[in-house]
Amino acid sequence: MRLSEHAYQTVSALRGPLLFLEQTFAARIGELVTIISPEGRRMDGEVLKVDGGQVLIQVYGETQGLDCERTLVVLQDTVKQAPLGDGVLGRVFDGSFVPRDQLPMFIPERWAPISGAPMNPVAREHPEEMIETGISCIDGLNTLVKGQKLPIFSCAGLPARELTDQLLSQARLPGGGPFVVVFVAVGLTHFEYTYYRETLAGMEDRFVAFVNLADDPVVERLLAPRLGLTVAEDLGFRCGMDVLVIMADMTNYCDALREIATAREELPGRRGYPGHMYSDLASLYERAGRVHGRSGSVTILPVVTMPEDDITHPIPDLTGYITEGQIVLSRELHQKGIFPPVDVLPSLSRLMQNGIGPGQTRDDHRDLVNRLYRAYAKGCDLRRLEAVVGRDGMLEEDRKILDFADRFEADFVHQGDQRRSIDGTLDCGKQLLADFGLLS
Amino acid sequence: MKGRIVSISGATIRADLAGAKVGDRVYVGTARLTGEVVRLERDMATIQVFEEVRGLGVGEPVVSAGGPLAVSLGPGLLGGIFDGLQRPLTVLRSQGGDFMQSGQDSFPMDRTTEYRFETECRPGDEVQTGDPLGWVMEGHIRHPVLSPVGGRISKIHAGLATLETPLVHFKAGDAVKLWHAWPVRQPRPRKTRQVPGVPLVTGQRCLDFLFPLLKGGVAIVPGGFGTGKTVLEQSIAKFADVDVVVYVGCGERGNEMAGLLDEFGDLRDQKSGRPLAERTIIVANTSNMPVAARESSIFTAVTMAEYYRDMGLDVLLLADSLSRWAEALREISSALEEMPGEDGYPTYLGSRLANFIERAGVVETTTGAQGSLTMILAVSPPGADFAEPVTQSCLRVAGTLWILDTRLAHRRHFPAVDWTQSYSLYSEHAASHFADRHTGWGGVRDRCRDLLQREESLREVAEVVGMEGLQERDRLLMEMAERIRLDFLCQNSFTEDAFSSPQATVERITRLIEEYDRALGQLDTGATLEEVLREAKDATF
Ligand SMILES: Nc1ncnc2c1ncn2[C@@H]1O[C@H](COP(=O)(O)OP(=O)(O)OP(=O)(O)O)[C@@H](O)[C@H]1O
Ligand SMILES: [Mg+2]
Repeated sequence: MRLSEHAYQTVSALRGPLLFLEQTFAARIGELVTIISPEGRRMDGEVLKVDGGQVLIQVYGETQGLDCERTLVVLQDTVKQAPLGDGVLGRVFDGSFVPRDQLPMFIPERWAPISGAPMNPVAREHPEEMIETGISCIDGLNTLVKGQKLPIFSCAGLPARELTDQLLSQARLPGGGPFVVVFVAVGLTHFEYTYYRETLAGMEDRFVAFVNLADDPVVERLLAPRLGLTVAEDLGFRCGMDVLVIMADMTNYCDALREIATAREELPGRRGYPGHMYSDLASLYERAGRVHGRSGSVTILPVVTMPEDDITHPIPDLTGYITEGQIVLSRELHQKGIFPPVDVLPSLSRLMQNGIGPGQTRDDHRDLVNRLYRAYAKGCDLRRLEAVVGRDGMLEEDRKILDFADRFEADFVHQGDQRRSIDGTLDCGKQLLADFGLLS
Repeated sequence: MKGRIVSISGATIRADLAGAKVGDRVYVGTARLTGEVVRLERDMATIQVFEEVRGLGVGEPVVSAGGPLAVSLGPGLLGGIFDGLQRPLTVLRSQGGDFMQSGQDSFPMDRTTEYRFETECRPGDEVQTGDPLGWVMEGHIRHPVLSPVGGRISKIHAGLATLETPLVHFKAGDAVKLWHAWPVRQPRPRKTRQVPGVPLVTGQRCLDFLFPLLKGGVAIVPGGFGTGKTVLEQSIAKFADVDVVVYVGCGERGNEMAGLLDEFGDLRDQKSGRPLAERTIIVANTSNMPVAARESSIFTAVTMAEYYRDMGLDVLLLADSLSRWAEALREISSALEEMPGEDGYPTYLGSRLANFIERAGVVETTTGAQGSLTMILAVSPPGADFAEPVTQSCLRVAGTLWILDTRLAHRRHFPAVDWTQSYSLYSEHAASHFADRHTGWGGVRDRCRDLLQREESLREVAEVVGMEGLQERDRLLMEMAERIRLDFLCQNSFTEDAFSSPQATVERITRLIEEYDRALGQLDTGATLEEVLREAKDATF
């Protein structure tokens, strides 16, 4: 409890999204502040650093128009919290939790700190129940399970938006049940937003969206995922729903992180990204999970654009070090007209082991996956040889495998805008194997 | 000692704390968060806080705990799961719920469990510091109780005792209990260091056969994401022929820890038949838990490991991943505004790492027993590029290098150990040990290496001329090398094949090599390659 006034007009400096305040009393780290501009515009901020009476504040909002003399800063004696309740369902908010859908703000039933708290490792229940995305390459070959974090690695110019769009509207539980999608968009262009808006409109109240547009304040890119996850945790762990959080495009998030770290004059790491980016991303993605003794779950599906198509770039690299596998998109498949252009070989869901097979999906799931994978991998190898010696110079058996690889891409990977149930996916794979005599 | 917080920057705070010492443990703020003094300038202490600091305010109190950061050692640690500060996670959950809270504190062992204290000492005996006073049994492990002081015994409590029961009283007034505290950054004493000589059987064919590790040795496992570091370490944690395993999840995933806990609850130790959990201690400081506690977690773990080593046991410490530890060190260093070295890591990265790794070894303990502490340390190099400070610093102190290769992992060749670049400085020692027990070990090993090496060079040729362009003998070699890769080097950790005894390992490779020799002979006596290969394919295991 503070004894003195905690509103100040002692701004000493403004630098990018940072505000320096002087002569404060007993400020707290991480404390929420309200900033009121000379014209009366209000925005939030957070205390990053306290040195005696001097305070460094990160402003969540547009710092244009702030000055040192008349800007009022109020320390709120609390950390930043998100409003929660059933009212969030079916709504679209911006990166500051302000409605974006022209409807009035809902009445919160409760609040929770947006940074969340780490789940106690012994409270975690190991993920092992499938979420059906309707995409064969995911459901069949790289099964997503409740509580997992599985990113999509895309490249500039690939149809990541179309895929995200499909996932949004098609993902569900194979057996039905309360299922909600939390959609977090960071740095979204207006053009892309028009598509998503349409999709969301068809989803009734089975979603919550946090949309930070490309021309919205950069700091809000850091907030939007945290708001989304706080809502997801509430719906998942408190209300017992299975929640899928789709975050696109996390490359914009990382760039915002770099921008703000630079403003704070932090030591830049690889490619200018801050050294704490691993921990920062982990503080988001580790919020996925299931809890022993509770029924809901939080599953995270981030979409990441790999700069320069480079999987060793710090953004996909650190993401891969945190997540439980990856779905990689391929430019080559895209050019062949295959949608979704999933590159099957480097893609992997690390948690599918326990989520498939008897009692989960279908008894023959594991066996089919192994056969499909092996034959396709062999086919890809042979393609390299084919490029050297030509198809005619190859063994009959090898030519068959080459044909299989082509058909696999055309029939199994490619599915256009069709949704396939897990049964449909497995049947499709089985048929292919049968056609090529690869079943026994 | 008591002071007040003057400044806060992330998890680094400054407080006026006269009389504090560097390394002291302190309680920070009204929430009593744990911290460690890392720097002193006159009366101003810089403190690294090990817990979430959000909500901490300037002016709040800071209290010194009067000693360095330490762990509590005694019976009851086995089967435990702790955070980086040795707080028991199961207790924290029952007290604070499913999500971690700041400022929680709890004793790592159960204070109500009773152990039977056996002793041969009598009142009136004169003992020296370090002399054995008696022992208790933790499962099948005998915990000696050593005298922390010298003097004449005045009273002894024999029979059932809890951790807090005063067992032995001294004339001078000291009383000895079953547990004691030990500073995490201070290696536990030993009489002498000895040379490692006995292999540690990992159960991985590729490792035991080609790149063996010795008890008391250090192996590092660098590999890009998804190359199988965690699966490999967890598999070794299950099957290694040691008495105690300490597994540190350092800055990695929570779901992995959950998986480990599930599995270890069900599995049994091959040697003793007891539940695996009974020989295992887990330290879990996941990537979303506070960074500074990640830094301390490996020291917390190694101190517990040394404690069991001191009982004359073979202890294995597995850490996943040392890179996350190094990054924690980097974050702390940068918060202290220290001059950064390569890639932003502090210049003392190498020496701090050596302080940790040098705690491995075979020792003669203070009571004359022989114990060993082996380390297997995963490293996660950015972009899977091994030319980076953490991998390189580890290389300087490790005896075995198991490189995991991204290309092999993408082809689902697991364990994705790169057999061309991995090495073991203990190879000769281990080979002679195995050769004494398993016939053929030495000779077959050279043949196997030679075959793999020749395959490598042939592959380059084949990429230019195609397989058809190779001579028949060379094509046979390629085929057989492939079989060695698939049937010998590959080992799926999720099947029955997860463990292979040294005997099974040498038998399997001997069969493959024999088959190769037979096929070669057939080729020389006029058979066509197709015939030879068909026959070899039919010979199944
Ligand atoms: N020995 C093995 N047998 C079968 N599958 C394996 C084996 N090793 C690894 N895998 C497969 O590879 C995946 C990734 O392995 P793992 O989680 O151990 O990688 P990692 O090197 O620890 O990655 P990260 O650095 O991201 O933590 C596993 O989920 C599993 O599917
Ligand atoms: Mg791992």
